[in-house]
Amino acid sequence: MPIVSHVTCPVCGSFCDDIEVIVENNVIVDVKNACAVGAAKFLDYCNRGSEKPLIRKNGKLVEASLDEAIKKSAEILAGSTYPILYGWSSTSCEAIRVGIELAEEVGGVIDNTTTICHGPSILSVQDVGIPSATLGQLRHRADLIIYWGCNPWSAHPRHVERYTTFSDGRFQKSTWKSYISRLGGALSKKRLRRAANLILRREAQVSPKVSYELPYTMLKKKRKMVVVDIRKTHSADAADYFLQVEPNKDYELLQAFRMLVANEELEVDQVAGVPVETLEEVTDTMIGCELGIIFFGQGLTMTPGKLRNIDSAICLVRDLNQYTKFLIMPMRGHFNVTGANVVSTWQTGYPFAVDFSHGYPLYNPGETTVIDILCREETDAGLVIASDPVAHFPKKAAQNLVKNPLIVIDPQTTPTSLMADVVFSSAYVGIEAEGTAYRMDHVPLPLKKIVDPPKSCPTDVEILQRILQEVRRLKREPN
Amino acid sequence: MTKLRVLLQTVRTIDQGTGKEHGKLSEHYRENVAICQMDPKDIRTLRMKGSEKIKVTTNFGSVVLRLVESLAAPHPNIIFIPYGPWASLIVDPETHGTWMPSLKGIPAEVEPAFKEDVLSVPALLEEHYRRN
Repeated sequence: MPIVSHVTCPVCGSFCDDIEVIVENNVIVDVKNACAVGAAKFLDYCNRGSEKPLIRKNGKLVEASLDEAIKKSAEILAGSTYPILYGWSSTSCEAIRVGIELAEEVGGVIDNTTTICHGPSILSVQDVGIPSATLGQLRHRADLIIYWGCNPWSAHPRHVERYTTFSDGRFQKSTWKSYISRLGGALSKKRLRRAANLILRREAQVSPKVSYELPYTMLKKKRKMVVVDIRKTHSADAADYFLQVEPNKDYELLQAFRMLVANEELEVDQVAGVPVETLEEVTDTMIGCELGIIFFGQGLTMTPGKLRNIDSAICLVRDLNQYTKFLIMPMRGHFNVTGANVVSTWQTGYPFAVDFSHGYPLYNPGETTVIDILCREETDAGLVIASDPVAHFPKKAAQNLVKNPLIVIDPQTTPTSLMADVVFSSAYVGIEAEGTAYRMDHVPLPLKKIVDPPKSCPTDVEILQRILQEVRRLKREPN
Repeated sequence: MTKLRVLLQTVRTIDQGTGKEHGKLSEHYRENVAICQMDPKDIRTLRMKGSEKIKVTTNFGSVVLRLVESLAAPHPNIIFIPYGPWASLIVDPETHGTWMPSLKGIPAEVEPAFKEDVLSVPALLEEHYRRN
C-alpha cells in the first residue's frame, strides 16, 4: 500500500509536518504520528454530506449543478450592498488571495477567525510589538516554557512533544522521563488515597487542595515547564509547576510579575489568589533561565482586559529581556489562521477585518469586525468559507448572519451549512487539495494532496475564482 | 430547587476536537460538546450526579446540558463548557470595541433540569435560528 510521508496536518496551528498517511484505492486507511484530532480528520474526511452543491428552494436545500450554484452565489454577492466574507483560517493561502479579490470586487468586509480567537493579540502586537522566534529555535534552546491560559494537551496535542518540553533539542533535552516518574508517583498517591477512603469509609472523591509550593524540580538546571491556568488541566499535569490563578485576574498577576522583575515590593499577601512568596520564586526562575518563552492562549484574549492582558504579557517579556533572553508567542488555533493574517496583510495592509465598502481597504477593529457588524445588523449577505460561525459566534451575531442570504463553502456539513442558501461541498485542503499554509510561528509550509476529491467537489480556489468571474460578468452585463 | 451562582468558562477539549472531525451532526459530537464540567463539591451542593441534565442560565439565554464531573478540580463555582452551538447560546456578544466577544468569565446560574433534554444540532437550529 502506498505510504505518503511528510504530510502536513491541516488541523491546528502546530501544523505538524511528519504525518505518514497510508492510502489504498484513493482512500486513506491509516495514519501515523498524528494526534487524536489529526487522525480523526484524516480518517473521517470522507464522511461528507452531499457531494453536489445545494441551493435552498422553498425552504429546503436541494441538489443543484455547480454552474447554478455559482450563478446564485454571484447574484447574492453582486446584489448586496455590504456583504461579509468570513472564515478563511482552514483553507489555503491561495484561496485567501482570491477571497480578498472577491471582497474588493463586491465592496464587502473580509474577516477571518482571528476575530474570535487572537484578535486582541494582534491589536496588542500592533501597539507594543512582539519578541518572538520560530518553534525550531525554541525546541533547541528554550529552557523555561510557560503556557499561560492555554491547554495544549487539548487544543495543540503535539505541541509539547514536537516543539517544547518533551522534544529533544540540540541544547535542551526532553524531560518526558521525569514526567513519567512524576505520573507514576501521582497514580500511586491516588490509589493509596482511594484505599484509605475505603478503609476509613469516607467519601471516595475528595477534591485535592491547591498547593503553591514550588517542587524541587524547579531548582534543577534543566528544561522546565510551567502552566498558568484557572484549573489543573492535563497540560498542567505534565508541567513541573502549575500556578492556579483566580478567574479574570490574569492582568493583576502579570502586573505583579512585572513589579517583581523591576525589584518593586508587593505590599499584599497574595495576588490573584497566589501567595507573593510563590510569585517571587517563579520570578527568580524566569530571570534565571537562559531562554524563556511564554505561549499564551484564549485564557488571556477572551477574559476581561482582553488586549490589555496581552499588552501586559508582552511588557513582562520586554522587562525580562533586561536580565535574560525571553520570548512570547500566541497559540494560534486553526492550521492557517496565521496565513489568513499574513495574506491579508500583504494584500491589503491589514491582518483581518478589512472593509472594502469605500473602494479602498479600511481597518477599524470594533467597527469593521464581523461580530460587531452582525450585532449592529448592518450586513445584507454573507459568504462563509471553511468555518462554522453559527456554532461558534454568540447567538445574537449568528441569528443576524442567517437572517440574510448566506453562501457556505465547506467540505463538512456544519450548523452554518444547514442554515445556508447555497452550499458548496469543496475538496478538503491538505487531503484532497494542495496549497500553502503558515504555522503559528509564521513559517510557511506546503499542504499535500493525498487523494483525489469526488468529481463534483472542486477546490476552494476554483469555486472562489468562478464566483469572482461571474460577479464581474454580472457587473458588466447586469441583465 | 437548589441553584448555584457560578462563572462560566468556554473551553476547548480533545473530545470536542475529535467530535468536530467525526461530524457536527454526530452523536459523538453532541455527547462531548453539550456538556457542563463542574467541581464535584458543587455537584453535591446541587444534589446531583454526573450525567444528569443541568440548566445553565446567563443574561443572554439558557441551555440544558449533560453534567460531567470535572477531572481538573478543585475549581469551586466555575463551570466549563466546550465551544460549540450549545455554549454559543449563552455567551456574551459584547465586544467592548475590541472585536472579541466575552467568551470566558461570564456570570451564570445553574440548576438541575432532570426532566429536560439536551437538544440535538438540528433541533437547536430549529429552535434558535429558524429562518422565516
